[in-house]
Parts: sequence; C-alpha cells; structure tokens
Amino acid sequence: MKSLIDILDLSVNEIDNLIDTANDIIANPEKYAHKCQGKKLATLFFEPSTRTRLSFEAAMYELGGNVLGFSEAQSSSSSKGESVADTVKVVGYYADIIAMRHPKEGAPLVASYNAGVPVINAGDGGHNHPTQTLTDLLTIKREKGRLDNLTVGFCGDLKFGRTVHSLIGALSRYENVKIVLVSPKELTVPEYIKKEVLEAKNIEFIETTDLESAMPDLDILYMTRVQRERFFNEQDYIRLKDSYILTPEKLEIAKNDLCILHPLPRVNEIKVAVDKDSRAKYFEQAKNGKYIRMALILKLLEVE
Amino acid sequence: MIVNPIENGIVLDHIKAGNGMELYKALNLDKLGSTVALIINADSRKMGKKDIIKIDEVIDLNFDILGYIDPDVTVNVIKNGKNEKLAKIEPPQTVTNLIHCKNPRCITSTEQELDHVFKLTDRENMVYRCIYCETKAK
Repeated sequence: MKSLIDILDLSVNEIDNLIDTANDIIANPEKYAHKCQGKKLATLFFEPSTRTRLSFEAAMYELGGNVLGFSEAQSSSSSKGESVADTVKVVGYYADIIAMRHPKEGAPLVASYNAGVPVINAGDGGHNHPTQTLTDLLTIKREKGRLDNLTVGFCGDLKFGRTVHSLIGALSRYENVKIVLVSPKELTVPEYIKKEVLEAKNIEFIETTDLESAMPDLDILYMTRVQRERFFNEQDYIRLKDSYILTPEKLEIAKNDLCILHPLPRVNEIKVAVDKDSRAKYFEQAKNGKYIRMALILKLLEVE
Repeated sequence: MIVNPIENGIVLDHIKAGNGMELYKALNLDKLGSTVALIINADSRKMGKKDIIKIDEVIDLNFDILGYIDPDVTVNVIKNGKNEKLAKIEPPQTVTNLIHCKNPRCITSTEQELDHVFKLTDRENMVYRCIYCETKAK
C-alpha cells in the first residue's frame, strides 16, 4: 500500500504516467466517471484550505466516488487532544483513501504509518505539498510540452514556500533545467535546498533580488505569496509582503511564450491586469489540480 | 598517568577529543557497577589529542550510539588479556530517540509519544535529519 508524502516518493516514470493519465482524463472524462464507484475519500483538513480540499473532493466525485471529512481542526477530535495516529486509525476503517492537511510538519507521514489505507499529503505546514507539485508539473508539461531544457524562475517567499521547495526537488531530476531564485534576502531558499538538491545534482542556479534583470531569460515564472501564517512576527510579514508585484509593464521584456504560474491564493503579488495576458496560466494550473488528483487517486487505489 | 591494563573488558580508543564525556553519558556507563576510566585529552600520534574509555567488563555496546556520536572510534574487546579489534564502525542509517527534534513546527513537538527518528542523509558530512520535518540534527 502506497502513500504520497513527498514528491520524491514518486519516480520520474511514475510522474510521467500520472501526467499521461491526467491528460487522458482531460480528453476523455466520461471514461473515468465511474472508476471509483463505491469508494470513499476522507479529506482530513486540520488547517483551512479552499482549492486543495475542493479539488480533492471534486476529483473523487468526478471518479464516481464519495467524500467524507472535516475542513478545520475545531470540528475534529484533535480539538479534544486526540493524536494524529489515533484519528487516522479510525478513519482508515471508514474510508478507502485519506487526503490530509495539517499545520505540523510530518503529520501526514505519521498518518501513513497508522492509517491502513493510502494517505496523500495535502500540505504539512511549510514543509511539503506534493499534489501542488504534481499540478505544477502537469501544467508545465501541457504548456511547454516538456519538463527538461527549461529556465524556471521562482519569485517571492522562497524560504517558507513549500510549493517552491517541492517543485525545485522535482525539476532537479530533469535534464538541463536552470533555476533562477528571486527573493528578498530575508526569504531566500533554505541552505539545505541549495546544498543537498541544487549543488548535489549540479543544477545551474542563480540567486538575485532583481526580478527585472532575470525576466528575459525565463521560460517559466513561478510567483508565490508571502504567507502571513508562516511568520511568528507580524512586523516581518508587513515589511516583506509587497516585495514583488508582477505588473503588465514588468512583463514587456519577458519571452512571448513565458508561462506564469502561481499556486494561489494570490493576494497582490500579481496585478489583476496580468490575468488578461495569454501567458498567465495560474487559473489553468488550478484547473489542472483536479485532474492530476484524479490520476493520483486512481493510482493509489490501484484502480485500472 | 597510568590506568591499569584490563583482563576482560572494552577499550574505546581514538575517540575524538571532546566526545568522550558525551559517549560516557550516552552509553549509560555511569550506571555500570564495574570500573570505568574516562581519559580526556590523551596524547595521540595520529590525532594530536584523543579521548579513551576503558570499561572493566565486557558489555553489549549500542553501536548505533557509537556510530552516531563518533564513527571513527576503535573498539577493542579484551578477553583473558587478549585484544580483539572489532571491524570499523559505520554510522547508523537511523537513530531513534537518541536525539530530539527542536523544530517547533514539527509534529513531534505536539505529539509527545511519537518516537524521534533521524535519518542519515549525508554520510560525508554526517548529517542526520528528522524523518518528519527534515530538520537537521544539531
């Protein structure tokens, strides 16, 4: 029985297969409409989320399955002090698969040891968010036709941005990927990502605080939000939250086939005026999230 | 300084200077009934300075602890005055409850009964990371 806790739990080949399945679901949705009939997905969200939870639920419904769960810790027994291990042991008797979001790092791993059914990490604090990474990879593949030979810029909060860490890890396994890291000095990528991922795999990367100078080279621009919930100190958040704001003017020097991504929710780091630009793909990306989660549920439930 | 030779026991030699006391505590040698000598800052041709531990009894050593704290230690088991040098110690792939995760965002910070498990992620630099949050052990 397999779970998905970290994107690197999946081989490159498995990711390719998931992307192929997702593309087939997009092309032939009726073929998949009853694949999970009689199966139940439990969405255990100990931390609020809109997109991720709804896309998991929509994914299961579109596969013909059912959904149960909760969307905040207050409505679960954890508010009475129940451990993650005990909660999922019980849920494992009621559901065939679990998608879990939790504010504490490593909680889904604990769940996978105890649940008795596959567990999908739907985000554990600032740590991992593998289904967002799968969503990103599917979008890049659909927009650019490849996952290798790309120059990928990451901009914003690269310190706490779990989607950034996971996507860098995933892209580091493809040939000739160059990474450009754009952030304020206080929010740079953690040292261990640089040493143990980028340097260890000889990935070419540069760090800069200047988005404009990096822009002309980029094939992908991955914008992120500075997340209030990751700061212990409100003053630091206020000082850094408006570091980078993408506008139509800043995009004038970008490639015509640039692909702009953002894991959403957006606050103000991408001006609404950018949405009209054909290079803005973040809503497409959110849509793709449902299809890749459908493919993942099928794989983990071993549904043919 | 002279410490008498032992007839039956264990000598942990070539301990990196400064690691002796940590090993003494981690191996619970203070709980043994037999004689234990902890020698700190002994002269060493190879290392300059080293620590040595002599235990006047053959005990079951926890090699995970030894390998985690100092994989370069030489373990000599003395039986009837004869020295059997053991094979080189390897750092363990995982250590459980030997070190504790200090990351306040880690699930181990709130779930008190969880084992604290660390995995060796970089052999060359002896880096261990928490299996839950990937925080590096200090």
